[in-house]
Amino acid sequence: MALTGLQIYKLLPASSTKPEVKAHANCKECGYPTCLAFAMKLAAKQAELSLCPYVEEESKRQLEESAAPPIRLITIAGSAKKLEVGNELVLYRHEKTFYHPPGLFVRVKDTQPDAAQVAEAVAAYSVDYVGMSLTLDGVAVEAAGGDFASTVAAVKAACPFPLILMTSDPATAEAGLKAAQGTMPLLWAADAQNWQAMAKLAAQYKVPLVVLANGDLNALADLAEQVKNAGVEDIVLDPGTRGYADSLAIFTQLRRLALKKNERKVGYPLIAFAGDDATLAAQHIAKYAGFIVLDRFDPAMVYPLIVLRANLFTDPQKPIQVLPGVYEINKPGPSDPLMITTNFSITYFSVANEVESSGLPGWLLVADAEGMSVLTAWAAGKFDAERIAKTVKTTGIEQKINHKRLIIPGHVAVLLGEIEEELPGWEINVGPREAVDLPNYLKTRWG
Amino acid sequence: MPGIEVPKEKWSGKVREVTLGATAAEGGTRSRTVTVGGETTLPFLKFEGEIPHPPAIALEVRDQQPNDWPSILLEAWNGATQDVAEWAKAAEAAGADLVALRFNASEQLNAAYARKILRRVLSATGLPLIVFGAGQADLDNEILVAVAEEGKGERLVLGVCEEKNYRTIVAAALAHGHLVDARTPMDVNLSKQLTILIHDMGMPLERIITDPTTGALGYGIEYGYSVMERLRIAALQGDTMTQQPMLVTPGEEAWRTKEARAAEGVPAAWGDYVERAINWEVLTASTLIQSGADIVVLRHPKSLQRVRAMINALMS
Ligand code: SF4
Repeated sequence: MALTGLQIYKLLPASSTKPEVKAHANCKECGYPTCLAFAMKLAAKQAELSLCPYVEEESKRQLEESAAPPIRLITIAGSAKKLEVGNELVLYRHEKTFYHPPGLFVRVKDTQPDAAQVAEAVAAYSVDYVGMSLTLDGVAVEAAGGDFASTVAAVKAACPFPLILMTSDPATAEAGLKAAQGTMPLLWAADAQNWQAMAKLAAQYKVPLVVLANGDLNALADLAEQVKNAGVEDIVLDPGTRGYADSLAIFTQLRRLALKKNERKVGYPLIAFAGDDATLAAQHIAKYAGFIVLDRFDPAMVYPLIVLRANLFTDPQKPIQVLPGVYEINKPGPSDPLMITTNFSITYFSVANEVESSGLPGWLLVADAEGMSVLTAWAAGKFDAERIAKTVKTTGIEQKINHKRLIIPGHVAVLLGEIEEELPGWEINVGPREAVDLPNYLKTRWG
Repeated sequence: MPGIEVPKEKWSGKVREVTLGATAAEGGTRSRTVTVGGETTLPFLKFEGEIPHPPAIALEVRDQQPNDWPSILLEAWNGATQDVAEWAKAAEAAGADLVALRFNASEQLNAAYARKILRRVLSATGLPLIVFGAGQADLDNEILVAVAEEGKGERLVLGVCEEKNYRTIVAAALAHGHLVDARTPMDVNLSKQLTILIHDMGMPLERIITDPTTGALGYGIEYGYSVMERLRIAALQGDTMTQQPMLVTPGEEAWRTKEARAAEGVPAAWGDYVERAINWEVLTASTLIQSGADIVVLRHPKSLQRVRAMINALMS
C-alpha cells in the first residue's frame, strides 16, 4: 500500500532515533529544503529515494516494500526472448486493463524422443491477427525419468523462448539449471518437502521459483513466505488445482487477496496447467493465470487461445483503430470496385484480408466511426449516410476512380436511400453482411 | 499465527430467476421447464454465493436448411437439417436444454407458415423453445404475433426485441403468456433502458431475458465480455434493472467468422479446419459463460458437448 508523505517522513533521517542519522536532518543534499519536503515529493512519486544518502537500511526496506506492486512482476528469459508477467492492478478488465498477457507454454517430457522437434515447432509458430504477429511463449520440460539435462539442452537449442523446468527433485533440478545456463528459466516446483533445497537452487542460479501447494490457500501462502525468507524474491504460485471449479475459486481468491487485501504473502503471478483442454486454458486466460501450460501443441487449439488472449488483454480504453482514408488493395486501377467500412481495426482487417487474399484489386474507404464495428457504429449513429458521404467527398477518392459506384456493408442496407440523397449521381450497391462473403460478391456482382 | 481469510464479496443483489417453457400442469405442453438466473455471486464462485441453476444451452434449428451455413456444420446434423421437426428432435437427442427456432428470411415466410412450423417443432420436442424471427422488423412482427397465439401458454421466449422494434412483440408475448429476448448493442445503459421500456409496457421482469449481444472470438468478444461482466456486477450490487438473466448467441457469431468458414486458403497456423471451427464456437461460448451468460445459443452438437462438460465441471 502506498504510504502518505507523513508516514514516509517518519522513516527519513529527521525522524531517526539514532543521533548520527538524525544529525543529517534537513541537510538539503537530496535537493529539497527539508526532510519533510522530500517526503512529500516521494509520496507524490516525483522524487527517488536514492537522492537521500542517509536513509537507514530498515527504512529503505520498508519504503521499497510499500512501493512494490501488489502482484510482483516476474521475468523469465530464453536465449533470445523474454517474458514478463504479473504487475496486474485490477480484477475486471473494464476497471482499467489487464497488463501482461499470460505466457502460453507447451509441455514436453524428457522421455519424449521428439521433445526438440516440438520445441522447434513452438518456436516457429506465429500467426497474424489484425496486423499483429502473435506467438507462443515457451516450453515446459518435465522430468519423467529420462535424461533431463540433455533434453533441456536440446530444447534450449531448438527454441529461443523461455523454459519452465519441471521436477520436484533438487538434484535433477540442478542438472536442468546447468543445462539451461545462459537463460533464465522458471523452476517448478518447491513443495512442502523439498522447498529448502529448491529455494537454495533458485537463489544460487538466480531464477524464479514456483511454490506448489495442494489446493490450500494457507499452505500456499505459508510456503511462499518460507521460500521468500530463504532468499528467493521472484516467486510464482501454483495452488495445485487442476480442474475448473477449484482453479476458478482459488485463482479468484488469490487475485483478490493481492489486490484488495494487499496480502503480500501471495502477491505473485499464478501458474496453471490446462492439460489438453482448450476451454480450461481459456478460463485461465480470463481468470488470472500468469503462465499457462498446455500438454499438446495443436495449432487448431493454440490459434483461438492466442486470439482470446489478445482480445481480453486489449486496453478497453483504447480500441485498436486504423486511420480513416483510402486503402489500396492489390494495386487497384480507376475502374476497380470501391467499398466502404469503418475504422475499427478488426472490421478493417476482416475486409482488407478478404479482398487481399482473393487477389482482386479494390479501393477500400475507411470512415471515421470512432473505432466501432459496422453494426455498433451504425447503432450509435457513427456510421450514417452523412459520414459515409463525407468520407467519399473528403478522401480524394473521386480523383482516383473513373466510376461512381460504392459498395456498402450489408448490415447498413437500410442507409441506401439516404446515401443516394447525400451523394447525387452515385450508384450505391449493398454488399454482403460478412467480409468473408466479399470475394464471391466482387466476382459475381461487380462488372 | 492467524491464517489468511478467504476474501468474499458481500453482494446485496441477486439475478432474477426466469423459467422458460410450461408443462401440461402449467398450461403448456413441454415435458420439462428450464429455470435460469438466481445467482447471488459472479459465475461459479460458490464459495461466496448461490448458483442455483447451471447456464442453459440452446441449439439453433431453422425452418429450412440454411444456405449460408458451412458444410461441416450441416454435416454434423446427419441430414436432420432437411426437416425442422427432425432437426428439433436431433437437438434434443444431442443434449440441448432448449431449442432455438429461427426463421430464415424466405419468400414463403408468413404468419400461417410460421404457425405450421411452430406446431411441428412443438410436437417434435418436449424442450422449451426460443423463437427468433428472420431479422426483418415488419415480417418478424407479423410472424411472432402468430407464433405467440399459436403457442399460447408455452412460455416461449420471443425475440428479438430491439429498441427500434419491441412493442408489437412484447404486446403479443404479454397477451399469450410468453417471455421476450431484449437485445441491445453491447452497451450497459442501453440494455437497462430497454428492460425498463419493456417492463413499462406491463411485462413482468420474470419474463424478460436480456440479450447484450456479443462479438465472436477475434471479432470483438472483449466488448461483449466486459459489458456482460459489468451488467452482472451491477446486478449483484443491487441495480434492479440489470438483474435479468443474460442470453447470447455465440453460435451465430462464431460460425460467421472466417475461422469457422474457410477450409482452404488460410494460414497453416490456423490448424485443422473442423477442430478450429468448433474451438471457435466453444471458446466464444465458454468465455461469455465465464462473464455471466445464463443461456448460450449454439449450433454444433460437438460444441454443446464441450461447453456442457465445462458447465458440469464448474457446477460440481
Ligand atoms: S538528504 Fe534530504 S531527506 Fe536526506 S536527510 Fe538530507 S534533507 Fe533529509
